[in-house]
Amino acid sequence: MMWVVVTVTSALCFAIKLFGHLVPERWMAHPRLQRINALIPISLLSALVVAQGLVLKTHIAVDHRAVGLLVALAALLARAPFPVVVVSAALTSAIVYHLH
Amino acid sequence: MTVRDSLSVSLTVGAYGVAFGAASVAAGFSVLQSCALSLFTFTGASQFAAVGVVGAGGAAASAIGAATMLGTRNALYGIQMAPLIRATGLRRLAAAHLTIDESTGVALSQAPRGTAAMRLGFWLTGSGVFVFWNIFTLVGALGAKALGNPASWGLDAAVPAAFLGLLWPRLENSYLRWVAAASMVFTLCITSLLPAGLPIIATALVAVVVGWRPREVKQ
Repeated sequence: MMWVVVTVTSALCFAIKLFGHLVPERWMAHPRLQRINALIPISLLSALVVAQGLVLKTHIAVDHRAVGLLVALAALLARAPFPVVVVSAALTSAIVYHLH
Repeated sequence: MTVRDSLSVSLTVGAYGVAFGAASVAAGFSVLQSCALSLFTFTGASQFAAVGVVGAGGAAASAIGAATMLGTRNALYGIQMAPLIRATGLRRLAAAHLTIDESTGVALSQAPRGTAAMRLGFWLTGSGVFVFWNIFTLVGALGAKALGNPASWGLDAAVPAAFLGLLWPRLENSYLRWVAAASMVFTLCITSLLPAGLPIIATALVAVVVGWRPREVKQ
């Protein structure tokens, strides 16, 4: 299954990039397409934040990961750089995990 | 100046590869598979999404779907870059593969310095990120493999934190923050209704619904 994800994802993502280099500009100029395309990363990344941080299989679970996520949020609000955000979240989560 | 801009972006972004390599191994991918994703998919958010969905217990199709949807913006970048690069044959394939957020961003930022600087910025940043992203993916993947149980080292929290870190700079105004909040609530609401992984893809519906009509700008 993992290799299927690796190969198909790679093939499709490259096809999308190449498509952009080959099509005439007007094809993608439709304002609706542009608006939706600009919002998709925001929706999907938001979904991934909660699906990875607050969900276990198919139910909501507030555990050590949620504490880590809160610390990440605090770090971002304090304008911390990306590595600090990730490492501080990991450290906090690991501590809470071991306390339980 | 163009060289300095390209190199600093390449190093900074490339270092995120550590987070990707670690997330990928924590999700169950092997070191080789993690490196293959960085070499051949080579578009960070899509790679994170693919391993994120698999890590959440999602099916292969859900992982591929989420990664592909996140990759669609690269087509828009390609449309902007193609007339500038004017590459043919193998060079065009290389240019396509290097078409990502950072190479496009640096190329566009060099506009005041002329098209030669834009072209240089694209190639330098694209290849620089490629080199560092792949080196650091290997480092992160090997590191995570050595650490063992992901939860014990907080890797299971590092992944959503990384997604939040990728999302954060995109939330430029209150409208976009509202879209992000609505998307999070939507995902949580449908979590128990769909098989694992699918709620992530289904959340793209929020983007479609919100983006369908032009936004009314209130002064």
